[in-house]
Amino acid sequence: MSDMYTEKLKDHFFNPRNVGEIRNADGVGTVGNPQCGDVMTMYIKVKDEKIDDIKFKTFGCAAAIATSSILTEMTIGKKLDEALRITRDDVANELGGLPAIKLHCSNLAADALHEAIKDYRKKNKK
Amino acid sequence: MDYGASTPVDKEVIEEMIPYFDKFYGNPSSIHSFGREAFDAVEESRTKVADMICAKEDEIVFTSGGTESDNLAIKGIAFRNKKKKDNKNTHIITSAIEHPGVLSTCKYMEQIGFNVKYLPVDKNGLIDIGELEDAISKDTFLITIMFANNEIGTIEPMEKIGKIAKEHDVIFHTDAVQAVGKIPIDVNKLNIDLLALSSHKIYGPKGVGVLYVRNGVKLQTITHGGGHEKGLRSSTYNTPGIVGLGKACELGKTRLKADIDHLKNLRDMLINEVLKVEESYLNGHPEKRLANNAHFRFTAIEGESLGLMLDGKGIAAATGSACSSKKLQTSHVLLAIGLKPEEANGSLRLTLGRMNTKEDTEYVVEVLPEIVQNLRNMSPLWNR
Repeated sequence: MSDMYTEKLKDHFFNPRNVGEIRNADGVGTVGNPQCGDVMTMYIKVKDEKIDDIKFKTFGCAAAIATSSILTEMTIGKKLDEALRITRDDVANELGGLPAIKLHCSNLAADALHEAIKDYRKKNKK
Repeated sequence: MDYGASTPVDKEVIEEMIPYFDKFYGNPSSIHSFGREAFDAVEESRTKVADMICAKEDEIVFTSGGTESDNLAIKGIAFRNKKKKDNKNTHIITSAIEHPGVLSTCKYMEQIGFNVKYLPVDKNGLIDIGELEDAISKDTFLITIMFANNEIGTIEPMEKIGKIAKEHDVIFHTDAVQAVGKIPIDVNKLNIDLLALSSHKIYGPKGVGVLYVRNGVKLQTITHGGGHEKGLRSSTYNTPGIVGLGKACELGKTRLKADIDHLKNLRDMLINEVLKVEESYLNGHPEKRLANNAHFRFTAIEGESLGLMLDGKGIAAATGSACSSKKLQTSHVLLAIGLKPEEANGSLRLTLGRMNTKEDTEYVVEVLPEIVQNLRNMSPLWNR
C-alpha cells in the first residue's frame, strides 16, 4: 500500500512537523475542497518580512499531509519573496518525488502558503 | 483485516496441490496414464466445488477467476441469444454497485448495442425488488445481481430475485465471489442459473475460478480453442489450481458453520467498539451483511491516510477513498448508497478471515480510535 511513497514522505506523514493553528496569525491561506479529498490551511507569523512561524492543518491523503509538513520546514525563516517562489515541484522534489497521480491533487501546500502570504500583504498594505 | 481482498492458501490446500506440479504433471486431456491421473483429480475437484453450492458436477466450468466467470456468463448468454432470429433479448438488468467484473462488462455490452438497466440501491445497499420487477421488459434476457457486495458487505435478496427471474423466464446470474464460504448457498433453492466464484477468496490459490452453469442454460464461448469444458472455456487445465480450489471448497463446506460463527463474533465486536468513536458510522446493512465485513466512515478524515496509519501499526485495511484508487475515483458503491464524496473518502473496510483472533480485533479497537483522533487533530474540517 505504501510502496509508492518515498521514505522521506512516509517520515513526514507519520511524524508531521508544525501541525496546528497559530492564534492571531498574520496570514492564513486555505486551498482545496473536501469533495476532492484535500483541504489545506497554512498559518504564518511574519517578522521583518520573514516567516517567523508557520503551522498547518490538512485533511487529505498521505501525500497531502507530507507535502504540508515538509513545506513548513522549507519555509520557516525564509523571506516572503523567497517563499513565494517555492513551487509545487520544489515541494515534490524535496520529498524525493511524488507518484504521478498525486502531483496535482494532493500537492497544494505551496498554493496554501502563497495564499497565506497574500492574505498577510492584503492586511498590511502600506 | 483485509481478507476480502485475498486470503492465504490453506496449508492443507497447498499439500493437496503439490503433487500436481511435478508428480502428476500430465495434461488431463491426454490419453496416457499421466494424463489420466490429472484428469481424475480435475473431476474430483469438480464434484467438491459442486457440493459447495449444491450443484451437479457437470454444471461446473473451471475458469481463471471471478472476473472471467462474470465475462463468460454475461457475454456467453448475450452472444448465444443474438444468434436467434428474433430481435429480442437486448436488455440486461444489473445493479449500480456491482464488482467491476460485472459492471465493466455491462458497460461494454452497452457499447456494442445492448441496453442495460442499473438498478439503484437504498442507503444500506439493497436493491428494491419492486423496482427490479418493473424493470423487466419483453426484451430482458439477463438479470445479473451480486450475491453480496465486496465493499460494504450487503447481502442482496437472492431468493426473491431468483423467484422473479424464474417467473419472467429470465436468466439469473450472480457474482458470488464474496459470498461463497461465508453464506450457505443452494443454487436450486435460490433459482440461480449462473454463478461466479473465485478460489483465492476462500483460502485457495489465485488464478482459478468457476462459473456454475445450470443444466439447460446455453452459452456461447468467449475463449475459442481446443474445446475444453464442453467447449465453453478452451485452455489447458490448470490442474494444481483446480485441485487447490477443490480442496478449499471441501474445507470451506466442512467449516462453514464454524467459520460464520467465528467471523460474526469478531465482526460484531469490531462494529460495537468502533462505533463508540465520535461521529463514526457503519456503511452497509446493519443485519443483512457478510459475516466478515465491517465498513465504517469517519467525519473529517481521509481514508488513504487512515489506511496508511493502520498499516504503520501492522493492520491491513482497505478504503473507498478516491485518493487510494488508481483512477482517483471515489467508490461507485459508496456514492450509490447516497454518500457525499467527502463522506465516502473517509471510509474504511475491515474484512476478517478464518485466522483472525479475538486479540486481533482487540488490537484494532485499541489502535484505531487514537489514529482517528490524530488525523482529526490535523484536519481543518474538524472544529471541535
